[in-house]
Amino acid sequence: MDWLNALLQGTLLGGLYALFAAGLSLIFGVMRLVNIAHGDLIVLSAYIALSFGVSLGLNPLAALLLVVPTMALIGYALQRLILNRTMGEDILPPLLVTFGLSVILQNALLMGYSADPQNLQAGAIETASVNLGPLAVGVMPVMVFVTAIGVIAALQWMFYHTALGRAFRATSDRQDVAQLMGLNRAHVFGLAMALSLAVTALAGVFLGIRTAFDPAAGGARLIFGFEAVIIGGLGNLWGTLAGGVILGVAQTLGAKIDPGYQILAGHIVFLIILALRPRGLFPRIDG
Amino acid sequence: MTLTVTRRTRLSTAWLILLVPIVLLLIAAPWWAGRADLRLMGEIALYMSLAVLWNLLAGYAGLVSVGQQAYVGFGGYLFFALTMLAGLHPYAALPLVVLAGAVISAPVAVLIFRLRGAYFAIGTWVVAEVFRLSFAQISSLGGGSGTSLSPDIVRSLADGRDAREAVAWWLALGAAALVIGAVVWLLRSRQGVALTAIRDNELAARSLGIDIWRTKFTVYVVVSGLTALIGALIFLQKLRISPDAAFSANDWTAFVIFIVVIGGIGTLEGPILGTLVFFALRETLADLGTFYLIALGAVAIIIMLFAPRGLWGFLRDRWGLELFPLSRRVSGLAKKEA
Amino acid sequence: MPDALMSLQALNAHYGDFQALYGVNLTVEPGEVVAVIGANGAGKTTMLRSIAGLLRNAPEAIRWKGQPIGALRADQVAALGIALVPEGRLLFPSLSVEENLVIGGQLGRKGPWSLQRVYDLFPILKERRNQQSTSLSGGQQQMVAIGRALMANPELVLMDEISLGLAPVIIRQIYEALPGIVGEGLTAVIVEQDIAKALSVSQRVYCLQEGRVSLEGQSQTVPREEITRAYFGV
Repeated sequence: MDWLNALLQGTLLGGLYALFAAGLSLIFGVMRLVNIAHGDLIVLSAYIALSFGVSLGLNPLAALLLVVPTMALIGYALQRLILNRTMGEDILPPLLVTFGLSVILQNALLMGYSADPQNLQAGAIETASVNLGPLAVGVMPVMVFVTAIGVIAALQWMFYHTALGRAFRATSDRQDVAQLMGLNRAHVFGLAMALSLAVTALAGVFLGIRTAFDPAAGGARLIFGFEAVIIGGLGNLWGTLAGGVILGVAQTLGAKIDPGYQILAGHIVFLIILALRPRGLFPRIDG
Repeated sequence: MTLTVTRRTRLSTAWLILLVPIVLLLIAAPWWAGRADLRLMGEIALYMSLAVLWNLLAGYAGLVSVGQQAYVGFGGYLFFALTMLAGLHPYAALPLVVLAGAVISAPVAVLIFRLRGAYFAIGTWVVAEVFRLSFAQISSLGGGSGTSLSPDIVRSLADGRDAREAVAWWLALGAAALVIGAVVWLLRSRQGVALTAIRDNELAARSLGIDIWRTKFTVYVVVSGLTALIGALIFLQKLRISPDAAFSANDWTAFVIFIVVIGGIGTLEGPILGTLVFFALRETLADLGTFYLIALGAVAIIIMLFAPRGLWGFLRDRWGLELFPLSRRVSGLAKKEA
Repeated sequence: MPDALMSLQALNAHYGDFQALYGVNLTVEPGEVVAVIGANGAGKTTMLRSIAGLLRNAPEAIRWKGQPIGALRADQVAALGIALVPEGRLLFPSLSVEENLVIGGQLGRKGPWSLQRVYDLFPILKERRNQQSTSLSGGQQQMVAIGRALMANPELVLMDEISLGLAPVIIRQIYEALPGIVGEGLTAVIVEQDIAKALSVSQRVYCLQEGRVSLEGQSQTVPREEITRAYFGV
C-alpha cells in the first residue's frame, strides 16, 4: 500500500516535472535552442510571485494572472534583444550566452532576495487532500498534474490547429522560406520564447507552493526538466509528460528506499534509459 | 615557384625563446616570492590548466561540458582515498589519479556521447551531480560533510613548511606545464589537425575520413584524466574536501568557462591570457562576491555576442599574432593580381 | 517615363568573398513575363534571392515601383507583393499540402487567388490536401510550391527553375498552366535552364553569364546564335 502511494505521488510529481520540461521542449522544437537558464527562469517566476504576493497581498494562485504575462514579456524581450543574436549554425553562442544568463540570474536573485529559502503560501489548499479509497491524494499535486495535461493539450492544439502553430512549424522547418511567406523570424522566435516562459511561470509558481526555493534552485529544475525531455523523446510533448512521470516515480520510489537516494535514483533511471534507448521512449525529432 | 609549409612565425620563435628564462624564473619562485604570492601563483597555474583543458574540449573538439567538476572532485576524492585509506605516498597517488580519471571517463563518454549540443552539456552536468551524490554517500571519506587531509600525508611531501609550499608550487607548475605541453603536442599532431577540421566543419571532416567519434572520445578521456590530476592538486592545497566544494559548478566550471570565453575560445593562447586577466581583475577589484559573478557573466555574454573570439581572438585577427607555432602557413605563393 | 514595376540597377551580390553578380541591370514592366536564362552557376538564383530579400544588397540596387528595396528583409519584401517560388520547391515538411498553401496566404493580401482557385488549377492537390507535403511526387510538389506563392496574391511572382528534376510530360503540364496563372495582370520573372520553354512563355528575355547580363531581347525575335553566344560566353 505504501508502495502504491509512492507510485501515485511520483506520478503526480511527474506533472510538475512535465511543466518544467514543456517550456524547454517547446523552444527546442521551434528554434533548436536549449536554454541553460531555463531552471533559473522557473525560480525567477517563483520570486516574482513572491514579490507580487508581498506587495499586493495576493495568493500565489491569483498572482499567476500577473506572473504569467510578466514572464511572457520577459521572454519576448530576452529573445529579441539577446538570444536572437545567437541563433545560427554554431552551437557555442546560445549555450554560453544562456549559461552566462543563468549565472547572472542566480546571483541577481541572491543579491535581491538573499540566500534564505522562501515559500509561496497558498493557504489551506496546500494541505487539502481527497480520499481515493485507501489512498489520500493531495489536492495541489492533482491540480498541478491536471494543469500539466491541460497545458500540453493546449500547446498541441495550438501547434496543429492555429496560424501561430503553423508559423512555428514552418519557421522550424525552413527559416528562410518562412520569411518568404511574410513571417518575421525574429518576431516568431520572440513569440515562442514568450510562450515558453508563460508555461515556465506556471511551473515556477507551482514549485514555490510545493517546496522551498532559493536562488540556487534553478540548476536542479533544469536537470529534471531536461531528464524528462530526454526520457520522453525529443519533439514529443506527450512524451515529455511520460518522461516526467517516469522521473517522478523513480525519485519517489528511490526516496522510499532511503531519503538520501531520491535525486540519485532519478539520475540513475535517466542514465539507464539513455544507455538503452538513446533517443528516448517516443522520439519525434533528432537532436 | 617552390612552396614551403612552415609553422613558425617570428613572434612564435621570439616567444619560445623568451619562454626559457620565464620558466626558469617561475621554477625559482619559492626563493623570490612570498608565501601568499606563491599560493596565488599556484592557484593561477591550476586554474590555467583547467581553462586550457576545457578549451581543448569545447573550442577544439566541440564538446561543451558544464560538468568537468565531476573530474575535479573525483581527482580530489581519489587522492584523499589513495593516500589516507590505501596508504599510498602522494607522489605515487598522483599518476594513479590521472589514470583513474581517464578510465572512469570512458564509460561516461560512451553514455553521454549519445547526446548532442546543449543536451550533451546538460548531460555532463547530470553526471557531475551523480558523482557528487555518490561521493556524499561514502562515509569513510566523510560523507556529506567531507574530510581533512591527515597531517602525516602533508608531512610526507617534504620536511618543513617552506619546503612543502615549494613542493606544492612545483607540482602546480609542473601540472600546468604538462597540460599545456600535452595540448600543444596534441594540436601539432595528426589528431590535432583532425580536431581543428572537426571544429571548423564536422561534416566536411567526416567526409575526409576522420573518425569523429574516436577523436572526440580520445580528447574527452585525456582531458578528464588531466582534470582529475588538477583536482587532486587543488585539494592537496586546500587540505580539506567535501562534496559541495569538490563538485562545485561555480568554482570549477563557471569561472573556467568565463576565463576561456573572455580570453578567447578555440585558441591556445586564449585560456592562458584569460586566466591572467581573470586573476588580475580578482585581485584588483575588492571582494565583490556576487556582483563579481554578475559582472563576469555580463562580460562573457557581451563578448560572445560581439567578439566571440575573445581577447586573444581579437588580437589574432587584427594582427595575425600567434605565440605557439600551431597553424601551418604556406609560403612561396606569388602575390595575387589586383 | 513611368517607373518600371521592378528594376535592378547595377546589382552586385556576394557570398562571403565570392562575387556572384556583377552590375546586373534588368527591368520588368507591369503585366509582362520576363525570362532569365543562363547556365548553371550563372547567377540566376542569386538574382532572384536578392530580389526576394533573402540576400541583402545595396538599397538602390533593387527598385520596386521606384522605391529602393534592396536592403529589406525577405518578410518585408513579401509584404510588398513579391512572391518567390524557390529553386528546389522547398516545401515545409512539417506541414500538410493544404497547410503549405494556406501559409502562403499568411499575409492576407486581397486578390483573385484563393485555396479553391489553386485547387481548380491543380486538382490533384485537392485529392492530396491532407498528405504530408514531402510525400508527393516532384511534379506535384512543384504545383504546391507555385500554388503557395500564388496564395500570397502577389503583384510579381518569381519562379526559379520550376522544371528542374521533373519529367518532360510534367514540365509540359505545368507550363501549359502558366498562361492561366500570369494572364490576369500578374507579372512574372521566370528563371529557366530550358531555353525553349523560357522563350515560349515570355515576352522578353535576359541571359546571364558568369554573373553578368550578356543578352537582352524580345523572346520571339532574338536570333538563336545570339542566345547561344550569350549563354556560353563565346
